Amino acid sequence: MSAHSHLDGKLPHEPERATLEGRNKVLGFWLFLGGETVLFGTLFSAFLALRDQVGDGNPTSQELFKLATVAIATVILLTSSLTSVFAIQAMHRGQVKAMQNWLIVTVVLGLAFLGLEVYEFIEYTHEGHQFSTSAFSSSFYTLVGFHGAHVALGVVWISLLIGQVYRKGLTVVTAPKVYVAGMYWHFIDVVWVFIFTVVYLMGKVG
Amino acid sequence: MAHAHPVKRHTGLMDWLTTVDHKKIGILYLIAGGFFFLIGGLEALLIRVQLWKPLNNFVGADTYNELLTMHGTTMIFLAAMPVIFALMNAIVPLQIGARDVAFPFVNSLGFWTFFFGGLLLNISWLAGTVPDAGWTSYVPLASPTYNVDKGVDFYVLGLQIAGIGTLIGGINFLVTIINMRAPGMSFMRMPMFTWTAFITSALILFAFPALTVGLVALMFDRLFEANFFEVAGGGNTVLWEHIFWIFGHPEVYILILPAFGVISEVISTFSRKRLFGYSSMVFATVLIGFLGFMVWAHHMFTVGLGPVANALFSIATMLIAVPTGIKIFNWIFTMWGGSIRFTSANLFAVGFVPTFVMGGVTGVMLAAAPADFQYHDSYFVVAHFHYVIVGGLVLGLFAGLHYWWPKMFGRALNEFIGKLTFWTFFIGFHLTFFVQHFLGLMGMPRRIWTYLDGLGFNTMNLISTIGAFLMGLGTIFFIINIIVTAAKPKNAGNDPWEDGRTLEWSIPSPAPEYNFAQTPLVRGYDALWKEKMDGNEGMSPAEPIGPIHMPSPSILPFLMSVGLFIAGFGFLYAKNDWNNAFVSNIFGNHIVAGLGLAITLGCMVVRSLKDDHGFHIEPEEITGKGVKA
Amino acid sequence: MSTLRPQGPVALEQFNLMKLTITIMVLVIVVVFALSFYVIVKFRRRPGDNKVPVQVEGNHKLEIIWTVIPIVLLLILGVPTVQSVFGLAKDYSKDDNAVQVIVTGHQYWWEFEYPQYGIKTAQELMIPTGKTISISAKSADVIHSFWIPSLAGKIDTNPGSNVNKMYFSSKHDGVYLGKCAELCGPSHALMDFKVKSVSSDSFDRWVAGMKEPGQLPADAAISDVFQKQCLTCHAVGDKGLQLYPNLTNIGDRETIGGILVNTDDPKYKNEGSTYDNLKRWISDPQAVKPGNSMPKVDLTKEQIDGIAKYLSEYKQK
Repeated sequence: MSAHSHLDGKLPHEPERATLEGRNKVLGFWLFLGGETVLFGTLFSAFLALRDQVGDGNPTSQELFKLATVAIATVILLTSSLTSVFAIQAMHRGQVKAMQNWLIVTVVLGLAFLGLEVYEFIEYTHEGHQFSTSAFSSSFYTLVGFHGAHVALGVVWISLLIGQVYRKGLTVVTAPKVYVAGMYWHFIDVVWVFIFTVVYLMGKVG
Repeated sequence: MAHAHPVKRHTGLMDWLTTVDHKKIGILYLIAGGFFFLIGGLEALLIRVQLWKPLNNFVGADTYNELLTMHGTTMIFLAAMPVIFALMNAIVPLQIGARDVAFPFVNSLGFWTFFFGGLLLNISWLAGTVPDAGWTSYVPLASPTYNVDKGVDFYVLGLQIAGIGTLIGGINFLVTIINMRAPGMSFMRMPMFTWTAFITSALILFAFPALTVGLVALMFDRLFEANFFEVAGGGNTVLWEHIFWIFGHPEVYILILPAFGVISEVISTFSRKRLFGYSSMVFATVLIGFLGFMVWAHHMFTVGLGPVANALFSIATMLIAVPTGIKIFNWIFTMWGGSIRFTSANLFAVGFVPTFVMGGVTGVMLAAAPADFQYHDSYFVVAHFHYVIVGGLVLGLFAGLHYWWPKMFGRALNEFIGKLTFWTFFIGFHLTFFVQHFLGLMGMPRRIWTYLDGLGFNTMNLISTIGAFLMGLGTIFFIINIIVTAAKPKNAGNDPWEDGRTLEWSIPSPAPEYNFAQTPLVRGYDALWKEKMDGNEGMSPAEPIGPIHMPSPSILPFLMSVGLFIAGFGFLYAKNDWNNAFVSNIFGNHIVAGLGLAITLGCMVVRSLKDDHGFHIEPEEITGKGVKA
Repeated sequence: MSTLRPQGPVALEQFNLMKLTITIMVLVIVVVFALSFYVIVKFRRRPGDNKVPVQVEGNHKLEIIWTVIPIVLLLILGVPTVQSVFGLAKDYSKDDNAVQVIVTGHQYWWEFEYPQYGIKTAQELMIPTGKTISISAKSADVIHSFWIPSLAGKIDTNPGSNVNKMYFSSKHDGVYLGKCAELCGPSHALMDFKVKSVSSDSFDRWVAGMKEPGQLPADAAISDVFQKQCLTCHAVGDKGLQLYPNLTNIGDRETIGGILVNTDDPKYKNEGSTYDNLKRWISDPQAVKPGNSMPKVDLTKEQIDGIAKYLSEYKQK
């Protein structure tokens, strides 16, 4: 019954689904991501509706976007998704140390992505593309910024989880947390793929 | 057990602030929702007093717009939704044979965020700057250009905070219903109320994030000079209408579906008959939920979307009449051949059926876009949605409250006062809103502060005002009933209506902390009724008596919501002209807002790091207290 | 002004659709009510009755009946609805035979511009009876909605470049009441206007009259004040600015400010002679329409009297 009975024994193969609490958490998180999908869907719609409203004299998306930086950021984030998969696989094999290491790599890549994004935003504001410049800029920063905030939250969350697993070990209580954090990380990765396509590629082509 | 975790069980106020028990949270929702219902009702009465005669000057034009905005917003978000959540919390886990909801902590968090969001919105009255752009808050009227005071900021931030609570509440119920059903309780054996709670929660999950985005965009426009809806900056006002109604139309079904569930339970119980066409009822509920997402633009026929969009949304909207019709006839045929007992709960339910049909048919009339060019934004629409929301939802909630009151509080409401409540409220309702159909057809637009004499509006408006006061009287009777009942001893048995069919009637009233001493084994639809017909005494257990694991109470949800509340204030007053340099500094630099968010995030971290081991209720305590007879 | 007494083909088409829906819906209501009452009375529990009724699961035949019948009813309703949606969306804005009117909603007044004739007026839409009026509706500030219940359903006026089109016509000469139907601020309730349908000849004469050079007050002192205080926002004929309601031939209008009805036989609080209404409006515009843009202009009582007298007598020759 209790979480602690598994402490010394072997963890089951899928520790995140070993308890009802764990199964609830995973299902609840899937549903939460469903809601997040609607949230980003609405943000995308708003962006698509407003992206041509650049205003006179303000930089257009073609002038603004530097695909090189964004492509590097994309590669970094996609890689971090892969490393988070490795972490979950390590968890399923019961290799706690490897799991933690892969999580650390994921966090570092997440930070690198955030660094690039901050750099990119600062560049844009210098070129006259500020939050209040036009409907295009407002919806751009809101959409991409919401995603960035999600990444930042994920970085903090996974870091805290690394600490927790370090202190408490991998248990049927901590395993579901790691698992849903992994789900979350994949989700923000998928959202980024859409941002890359819809915002940057379509913005560059016009 | 590895180790015992002595958990402090709080008493008094601390008990209520820290509880994670779904039954107590249900009661909290009921109290808070009831409180906001009274505020919204008072606003409605002031509106009707202003309109009782032409060119009246009881309240000013500004105040009137504030009243109509706050009446709508309060009733939808702060009165109807929480009372629905009250019933869902109090009953759904019992109906599926669960000991608790899936996420008790989240459940408590949902309540407190709703409560503090609602509080923030209503504090606007005390702050003297009240939202006045309608509950739909259309831009540009709600934009910083045309709405310079803080009213709409209260709307945006209050709803944002309350919306978080609703969203996580919805997720909680979805997981509870999917994962926590007792053995044998398959989906197609679930009571109808649980089914509607399930679909409503799914609608909440997919509708509320759209509102979140809309409110964020409006907030950015107002507080940080964004250009989402600012025409001068390239913004688009129709975008707000789309976002609002993509949320707003499903919201209507979020409200009405649980009422359908309540009516199904009440009519079936008091007709002593199985719900007619259960599977088609389930199908109709799912279909209504699905179609509910396809019809938002019927609120926007006059916006100029073009004939193709108008035709498609007309037809899609009309289609909803089909599953709704199925439900109506199923209810009538549940009563057919039954043995109908007219308790006050059933009076409300039986009164619901024809009333709701009247609201439904006007809905189909509105769906015909060319005719809607005439109905739109007239009192015809006001009559329509009050028939659906008051004649549908509120009658359903009254039915549910009278029906489940003994299960929630251990005492049945007084039947005589209950019937008095029904008749005054019911007659008052029809007096108020029936004539409004005609006012609309005669050309009276909605949301008007006053009307001219000589247009033939006078008598009907007077009737409407009289009706509104009758409804107020009905509400007062209901409050008296609560007080009278609270003074009586707790004497309700397990099955006070004697014809209970579902699992909640197999356990004591009120349900003990752990709901079921032993998880029941469900052998069919109408689980308890089946056992009764098979001659069994109550449910057969699916497990031996053992220690029951319970989650610990926690103050964190309360603190997290207080954090959001403080943050809301911080953002609201960031640009205020404070006399005091220090105060001006901490608000202006977003220190107050940051502090509030820090409280919330800090609590989240604490929650994540500190494992909740919960505590156990031992078998001795269960058999000692749980067995009543 | 009721939608139930249509005075033109568009309102009539909408009214016919309304009648069709109401008929179907009354039918539905009668069936449901009859069934409900029958069931409630027939199957009520009598005292001492303790039998358990038969537990019916459902009935496929019945279920199919009450699924199919509503679908048939909806088809009956759906077909004319779709026809009418497309019929009413017809665009007359390029049609030279139609009278083109650009309607602009303001907080809280209506501006009517006739691009074919190069004239602008306010609060009172003059139309020739029988001719198609093609409306292009937009807003100068917040969203309003243009509604003449007895002539045509409403269309929203959106801000920005989002112009909406509609058309209508009137069958008989007469004055029809129009309203704003979208919450637009404190004086939303008072944002009425009139539609005056007149014969083609009268309409042509009105157009000619609107093009006449502006007449200033005869009294030099009043004329001076009027030019300094009023024409900085308003216009008469070719004089003044077109920012706010055009005052040309205001003495002919049915109302002042859209809401103070001009009549020599006042019955209600919002009625009075043109002269009295003008005085009331100029003395304190905010008391008549809270929140509107016109301030209380700094004028002496004599000046107000003079301006009101001049304007009330400013009529088409």
